[in-house]
Amino acid sequence: MRAVLYLNQFFGQIGAEDKADLEPLVKNGSVGPGNLFRELFGAQVEIAATVICGDNYFAEHIDEATEKVLSMIADYAPDLVLAGPAFNAGRYGMACGAVCEAVAKHQGIPAVTGMFPENPGVESFRKTVYIVKTKATTVGMREAAEKMCRLVLKLARKEPVGLPEEEGYLPRGLRRNYFAAENGASRAITMLLRKMKGETFTTEYPMPVFDRVAPLPPVERMSKATLALVTSGGIVPKGNPDRIESSSATRYGKYDISALQRLSPEFYETAHGGYDPTYANEDPNRVMPLDAARDMEREGKIGRLHPYYYATVGNGTSVARAGQFAGEIAKDLIISDVRAVIITST
Amino acid sequence: MAKEIEKAGIPTVHICTVVPISKTVGANRIVPAIAIPHPLGNPAKSEDEEKQLRRSLLDKALRALETKIEEQTVF
Repeated sequence: MRAVLYLNQFFGQIGAEDKADLEPLVKNGSVGPGNLFRELFGAQVEIAATVICGDNYFAEHIDEATEKVLSMIADYAPDLVLAGPAFNAGRYGMACGAVCEAVAKHQGIPAVTGMFPENPGVESFRKTVYIVKTKATTVGMREAAEKMCRLVLKLARKEPVGLPEEEGYLPRGLRRNYFAAENGASRAITMLLRKMKGETFTTEYPMPVFDRVAPLPPVERMSKATLALVTSGGIVPKGNPDRIESSSATRYGKYDISALQRLSPEFYETAHGGYDPTYANEDPNRVMPLDAARDMEREGKIGRLHPYYYATVGNGTSVARAGQFAGEIAKDLIISDVRAVIITST
Repeated sequence: MAKEIEKAGIPTVHICTVVPISKTVGANRIVPAIAIPHPLGNPAKSEDEEKQLRRSLLDKALRALETKIEEQTVF
């Protein structure tokens, strides 16, 4: 069997964030994690080629990039495709999900990727793509690669695929009929009795979690309202006084801008480790738009700009942690009678 | 973060480059930005043009905040 692998510029050994704008390209044979896949597949599968694309290029041109990658993959007429694993890298996860979805849909061959459950690519693609559950970082590379190989081989050989927890992929929400030894009523009673005794039981129908917040009514008149700026782009006073981590942040900062008209590159910089910092360090207003917000305040488009901005680094930061930061920030904003918030993200 | 601040009762708009991620995490008002390393700027433009570009994104964000929506909306 023949396989094609999809990787980002980092795992594809092209470069780091400075190469994130790279358009899709093909290399013959295996690169980076491909060598591990090759070892695991042994003689069963030949890795014919590796398609590599920059994370920013993909995330900023999802449809176009998917199409290009798809046609590069098709040139090799593979029997199966592997993408990633992307671990907790958000842009990479979106790319791997989009590639696998398109391959399965348009080429009708199995495609498997791997991600950490909090990767935004999971929520976007888990219903259409087999996503093996991985650790957050490359520490989990071998384990992820083993699961991906096993699963994609099963799919390619049209062998029956087991339940998510048996095979190690994230639930796709698919249901398959089978004959059970006991009928539904007696299974339900058994489960209820276990629950009443405080024992563990496994539901046969997990309820979907709708973690959505209904949109709030609009702000009546922005010209009377206090607006606050928040960023996940890591803009901090030079030297990063709060020591916000460049990835997987556990902190956020609150910074006084009451006396400032703009963020000068002399005194502000980015602490974010997930994008090329050149442009943000040249002009921090490109991420935290204080200069334009001050103009709006002066022109009366907004009532007032809140005297502080809040910043964290959104790079690999857990959803729970980001939620906690936002909850604390919101409390602070409510005390100051802030009526509207703009969040900027890279 | 957008979701949590809205939950606390303050209307929030998310200016971001990767709109699908913003949708996935549950922002309600979304304004697409320019590019990942410079969401509210474009180093290829002159300083004045760049500031105008930034301002146009903020104007759009204000319009989003003043617009009644029923579901996640990209402006």
